Amino acid sequence: MLEIRGLAAEVEGKGILRGIDLVVPRGELHAIMGPNGSGKSTLAYVLSGREGYEVRAGSVTFDGHDLLAMTPEERAAAGLFLAFQYPVELPGVGNANFMRTALNAMRRARGEPELDAVQFLKLARAEIKRLSMPEDMLKRNVNVGFSGGEKKRNEILQMAILRPTFAILDETDSGLDIDALKIVAGGVNTLRRPDFSALIITHYQRLLDYIVPDRVHVLAEGRIVRSGGPELARELEAHGYASVAAEVA
Amino acid sequence: MSAALQAGAQDFLARYQGLKQRLPGDALIREEAARAFAASGLPGARNEAWKYTSLRPLSELRFQEPLTAIADCDRLLALLPAIDAPRLVFVDGRRRGDLSSTPQSLRVYGFAQTPDFGRLPMPEREPLTALNTMLAEDGAVIRVPEDVDAGTLVLASLGTAPPGRPVAFHPRHVVRLARGARLMLVEISVGQDVYLHNAVSEIVVSEDATLTHIRLQQEADRAFHFSTSYIDVAARGTYDGFALNLGGRLSRTEIHARLSGPRGVVHLNGAQLLRGTQHADFTTVVSHDAPNCTSRQTVKNVLAGRARGVFQGRIEVARGAQKTDGYQMNQALLLSPEAEIDSKPELKIYADDVKCSHGATVGELDADQLFYLRSRGVPEREARAILVRAFLAEALDPIAHAGARAALDQAVARWWEREAA
Repeated sequence: MLEIRGLAAEVEGKGILRGIDLVVPRGELHAIMGPNGSGKSTLAYVLSGREGYEVRAGSVTFDGHDLLAMTPEERAAAGLFLAFQYPVELPGVGNANFMRTALNAMRRARGEPELDAVQFLKLARAEIKRLSMPEDMLKRNVNVGFSGGEKKRNEILQMAILRPTFAILDETDSGLDIDALKIVAGGVNTLRRPDFSALIITHYQRLLDYIVPDRVHVLAEGRIVRSGGPELARELEAHGYASVAAEVA
Repeated sequence: MSAALQAGAQDFLARYQGLKQRLPGDALIREEAARAFAASGLPGARNEAWKYTSLRPLSELRFQEPLTAIADCDRLLALLPAIDAPRLVFVDGRRRGDLSSTPQSLRVYGFAQTPDFGRLPMPEREPLTALNTMLAEDGAVIRVPEDVDAGTLVLASLGTAPPGRPVAFHPRHVVRLARGARLMLVEISVGQDVYLHNAVSEIVVSEDATLTHIRLQQEADRAFHFSTSYIDVAARGTYDGFALNLGGRLSRTEIHARLSGPRGVVHLNGAQLLRGTQHADFTTVVSHDAPNCTSRQTVKNVLAGRARGVFQGRIEVARGAQKTDGYQMNQALLLSPEAEIDSKPELKIYADDVKCSHGATVGELDADQLFYLRSRGVPEREARAILVRAFLAEALDPIAHAGARAALDQAVARWWEREAA
């Protein structure tokens, strides 16, 4: 379970998050929607521990641990995964090697045995097949020369292989065509289990047609201004953020 | 010349006067080299080619002759990577038959028995080549006959100075590949304590011949390493070189490569991984003297602590060398704010139908890449190691020989373990 209390954070001295309260119980998928600049990505980065994002107030507990006191790698080993809005290219690093290194680092941190190259490839090929992705994706350098859609799918592949208990999807749907969107949604839906939760950050309602969230929150100017069921996403789509924000004001 | 450089040079000249009756080969060549060295001395900052590399630390030491007693070098031999190939072992610049194995398909001589100064080295132009020509006692003379693929040969240098007694040695190597011959030469330098290893190599690649030359410079922390190579590549010949510099307090890898016949190929790739107060200089001159030749150069520097890397690369294209394809890239990754790189690329083009380019980049580890890896559970230290290896990949990946590649990867990994500790 993820529990955010009164979270305030700034970037380069500028306050972006201004008191976020949010609880995502185990097994639930929550969507965060909001206009550009409302603090959606900042929330994703603060939760995953990126440098340069200063927490000024509040707390975040993840399965009872103080998340904000952990390094990014400790958070990952604890089960947190961030699907990047802009996945990073790693020239000179093979995709398969990258994912095996990541998986084994986490397994080490948890006291589990590492996978050798053969065991890993078996696992990776099975996931690739299940997600209908081309197998040469494993052979290429991480995200180098990937199209926008391929990069997002590579994030979902990593998620499928690393098996987090809590995923944050930061606008994973932006820039995707409908086929890629279905693959991304399929990747999330196959992970849906009673012990898997996710925070789906999106600008559009479209992704939520394929991943039906338990709750929808509207973020505006660094605060959650409204929460509701999946119908809230459709309401936003119909009337826009402005009307929702106005209602609150 | 500064007083210190002057004194350092005088020491070497005095050694030559004492030794010259016993040195092998053409006495006249030695005399001319001694005259050139007396005139130039150890090069100082006023010598344009030595602008970024000061020999002052070298000139402050008094070097002795290597001991003639057979040194115990088991510990140093154990440092050599296991490469399944015959090897020639030199201890303090002298060939040690008892530690060497005889290759089948090529001819190997000792310079002491077959002194061959060659035509390519330029003692009157390069002071350290003059010093070598003046004092060289031994070296490897390797000849691969026509159309013979001689496989792989390891050439190892062990520096075994006893503590408190710095020694200097000046091996002279000659590698000649006849028409259509092939050889993969793996050169490895290791050692202990303080010594000066000042090697000169003459390398001749005849028509249609191919030499792959991998070098691993892992000298002792306080050693000095200078290696000056003169390479001539004839028509359709290939010289494919890679040098990894990790060791030594002060080192310089200087290469003069000439493409003398059409459709020749030269690769001068390298990587330098430095820490502490290490200084390593990679200086190359590629002369395109014939048309339709290709030269490629990628040199990567990873600099930690207060280390300093130097890259000087010149491509010269002669008037008749049309359709020349020359490329040069020098990149540095600075792991510390106190590390420094000096990069000086130069193009001198006298032909009008050529394709030549060069570039240089300097940067730190990318914060986004580091965070991406850590967000996937990779601990920071491991993430940094992955990014350093990735930075080096472009230079290392063309090395096809599995044994040599494994040796280089292992050397890089060990360097990183020490650096991160």
